[in-house]
Amino acid sequence: MDRQQIKEIIAKRVALELRDGDVVNLGIGLPTMVANYISDDIDVIFQSENGFVGLGPAPKEGEEDKDLTNAGAQPVTIKAGGAFFDSSTSFAIIRGGHVDATVLGALQVDEKGNLANWMIPGKMVPGMGGAMDLVVGAKKVIIAMQHTAKGKPKILNECTLPLTAAGQVDMIITEMAVMKVTKDGLLVTELGPEVSVEDVKAATEAELIISENLKRMELK
Amino acid sequence: MNKIISIEAAIDNIKDGMTIMIGGFLGVGTPHKIVDALVEKGVKDLTIIANDTAFPEIGLGKLIVNKQVKKVIASHIGTNAETGRQMNEKEMEVDLVPQGTLAEQVRAGGSGLGGFLTPTGIGTVVEEGKRKIEIDGKEYLLELPLRADVALLAGSIVDKKGNIYYNKSTRNFNPLIAMAADTVIVEAEEIVEIGEIDPNNVMTPGIFIDYIVGGAK
Repeated sequence: MDRQQIKEIIAKRVALELRDGDVVNLGIGLPTMVANYISDDIDVIFQSENGFVGLGPAPKEGEEDKDLTNAGAQPVTIKAGGAFFDSSTSFAIIRGGHVDATVLGALQVDEKGNLANWMIPGKMVPGMGGAMDLVVGAKKVIIAMQHTAKGKPKILNECTLPLTAAGQVDMIITEMAVMKVTKDGLLVTELGPEVSVEDVKAATEAELIISENLKRMELK
Repeated sequence: MNKIISIEAAIDNIKDGMTIMIGGFLGVGTPHKIVDALVEKGVKDLTIIANDTAFPEIGLGKLIVNKQVKKVIASHIGTNAETGRQMNEKEMEVDLVPQGTLAEQVRAGGSGLGGFLTPTGIGTVVEEGKRKIEIDGKEYLLELPLRADVALLAGSIVDKKGNIYYNKSTRNFNPLIAMAADTVIVEAEEIVEIGEIDPNNVMTPGIFIDYIVGGAK
């Protein structure tokens, strides 16, 4: 599998978690791809933390609007029924539990649901932006990422990088598995295409609990 | 009272060492002409409070590249490598603040509040040095208000009383910083007569605005 195929598997599987009417915030990078795989028969409302709901796809070339960008400064569109607001309202929505799900990438995530995705001391310190508020406030926090980084596990017993939030992650979706964070640890509920339980264990530092109802990811 | 002044007169309000709030999100909703005038004038040792430090060639990022900034309080600096470089070389101090906390600190500063309690940052480096308060069994951080000497806003349509309408995603931090500084200056994309903006559509009431600089149109 190449990188693009891996990302597609993850994005398609995350899309199946979203429900009709959900308000969802997608992080930058891979999570943004999730919007491409939402079923046509449901209406998912995407929030953009720079100040609106109803985030639509990129505009056609030549139709960009300098006053309408996403939180990554890329030109976007707003769907009919959308709404603009200021940053205080935007984070009232986020912190106040009005976002049903957020999908974010991770540098590290651990079996207690701790997340590290905002800095590598001495190397990369971009700032947390809205990530800390999102993981604390969203009803469901889904981590969407490649299972390993250059072959090294990212799903650990305990995060070693500075945390974005403690104990807020609900679910981890990678190309190898779907895992739920439970009080007993990480529960593997689904396996990715052509992957065995042993493969997942070998690529994961954290202890894994294998669900009695373990399934194969059903991707369209 | 005439609030419309020249850009030169407007930036005469900004002196070395002042704390300045600047509107915008990665340069969208930023008063670009005022920032350019500040770069040209070369005021220095500024403390900048803003969502982010934009890009080296766009928005308030230029003030950092031009080494006019002593300290930045922002949620994100990753799009401007010069901010990171100056931080690592200890040429400039950077306080990174969660975006929702920063927005609320500014709102509190403008709203007469002594602070607020947020769950954001609990269990992270953000909680260091802050008071934790438990309410109904849940832990919160006490975050304090932020104010500035001068706030610099961008407005899409501004009437001569200073009432502001922001187009699309340019609103972001602008209505918040309008309330939180001693002197508030808006750069208007378009200036219109009093009454041309329906009071229903005013997003920042003109009573917050001291000076208007305009207008591209």
